Amino acid sequence: MTVTSAPPEAVPRRLTVTHDTGDRIFHGAARSIGLFVLFMTGAIGVFLGYQSIPTLHRYGLHFFSQTQWQPELDRIGIAAVLVGTVEVAFVAMVVSFPLALGLALFITDYAPKRIKSWLVTTVDLMAAVPSIIYGLWGFFLLGPQAMNVGRWLSEYLGFLPIFKVDTDPHAAVWQQSRYTGSVFIAGLTVSMMAIPLACAVMRSVFDQTPLGEREAAMALGGTRWGAAKMVVFPFAKGGIIGGTMLALGRALGETAAVLIVLAPAYAISDRILQTGGQTTSALIASNFGNATRSQLSALLTAGFVLFLITIVVNSIAAVIIRRSRSAALTEI
Amino acid sequence: MSTKEDVITVPAPGGPGTGTAGGLDAVGISAWFGGTRVLADVTLSMPPATVTALIGPSGCGKSTFLRILNRMHESVPGAQMAGEVSLDGEEIYAPQYRVTEARKHIGMVFQKPNPFPAMSIADNVTAGLTLTGTKLNRKDRSDLVEKCLRQAHLWDEVKDRIGQPGGALSGGQQQRLCIARALAVRPRVLLMDEPCSALDPTSTLRVEETISELCSEVTIVIVTHNMQQAARVSQHTAFFLAEQGSPGGIVEHGPTRTIFSEPSDARTADYVRGRFG
Repeated sequence: MTVTSAPPEAVPRRLTVTHDTGDRIFHGAARSIGLFVLFMTGAIGVFLGYQSIPTLHRYGLHFFSQTQWQPELDRIGIAAVLVGTVEVAFVAMVVSFPLALGLALFITDYAPKRIKSWLVTTVDLMAAVPSIIYGLWGFFLLGPQAMNVGRWLSEYLGFLPIFKVDTDPHAAVWQQSRYTGSVFIAGLTVSMMAIPLACAVMRSVFDQTPLGEREAAMALGGTRWGAAKMVVFPFAKGGIIGGTMLALGRALGETAAVLIVLAPAYAISDRILQTGGQTTSALIASNFGNATRSQLSALLTAGFVLFLITIVVNSIAAVIIRRSRSAALTEI
Repeated sequence: MSTKEDVITVPAPGGPGTGTAGGLDAVGISAWFGGTRVLADVTLSMPPATVTALIGPSGCGKSTFLRILNRMHESVPGAQMAGEVSLDGEEIYAPQYRVTEARKHIGMVFQKPNPFPAMSIADNVTAGLTLTGTKLNRKDRSDLVEKCLRQAHLWDEVKDRIGQPGGALSGGQQQRLCIARALAVRPRVLLMDEPCSALDPTSTLRVEETISELCSEVTIVIVTHNMQQAARVSQHTAFFLAEQGSPGGIVEHGPTRTIFSEPSDARTADYVRGRFG
């Protein structure tokens, strides 16, 4: 027996796998589609960024601090519309989150089988209604009713700045015109579009909650609500956040309905019940038609900012979801 | 109570259950899933402070019967039942008897360990108290956690990490955690649905020790496929059987010794001697 000083250097063998033709074609097609999606998203970003250069060059940081949008006076900025965008989205989320959560929980845990399938279809149908229809509904039907809620809020909670309205709440005849076309009404309208999105994601994750854990909570003497708090919500945390973020993305970008409902006003205001406001997407839509070349660049810059915001929101959502337990089950 | 572990005394935390062993009486129990009848007219008395084993081949309705005893059966969509179940003479299916009340008094350990994986070991033990809205001060809580984990023969293995998540334990440890969790609400009856079928021999031994030690405090009803286990831990045995195409029922029941040594029915004899099932 000979003793060698060192074992011969082992080199991992290169493996070649031969796929059949059908498999190769499918593989290639799937990869191309995946790359295409990435390319398109990137291309949108690059296009918007490139188009923004003249505007950013001309206005610099003033573009972000100027509230007015008056191209004829060479005053252009997105400070007011960014605040308006966030406000509308905020109202929409405050309203839609509890409703979507409750609806999803009712569908998965409480509703009898018959009602369950009927409700699922109806909620899915809500997502299919064109946003312009919601806009008309918000303007003609919801608006006049929501003004009463707005008036009530400003009367009793008016000491909070966001519920304040510049009018005398105790006047003999209340000034309805101060309450129309407000961020509040626009947010309510948008929330109707956010609910089905958020609800669909939450429902699919609630349904995946391990039956064993649900039964454990019930066998300990817990109510269904107790089981929901102890088992369903912690398990579905990722889906709840994911669904909410998805809805937030929708709320930030909603255009047609906001265009109809919200009375345009270019000023930073925290008074959500009071007439007037503007969002980024509604700004672009309403000025796009008669814009000159330089105005078009400014609108594209506003679009670029909105694009970045939604990407950031969705990226944060993706990170949160990936860390949660129901990660594998959440589609976003 | 001779083992060292049971020496510690804990002031009664005033949990939902009374903590004294209760007697269960099931009369004329039938069960359906959808339109299919799976149990027919089962009557069985489970006396207080004893261990009753339910044995029989798969699909004979043992688990269904067990889940009827604490009203878990009705949580399955399409499941129905008939008959009466009384705990110490009180009908738990009576309209005024709350389903949560029944489950507080009649605890359950499932076949597959189902701890709340993200919650800590200690929080798992006290989960039943949280669910039933029972408040405990910190001292009573940690005493209760220790007592229940000791009863489940898990304390020594986890005492240094009771703040860690319950999902990080091994399967056998998880099942003992589930037993501790069920005990923490001080049930009068504990139902166990094949609690050892997924466990290693050591964990099985620990669970069986727990069963023998507990039976003075809590009435135990255990479903098992393991003949030796039924013979080791139970005083009473009921043999379930479902003939081809007909719903399951009890063939024979009585003292465990009798069922295993001199069963009166030939089918029981065949089953306990391992001829089928």
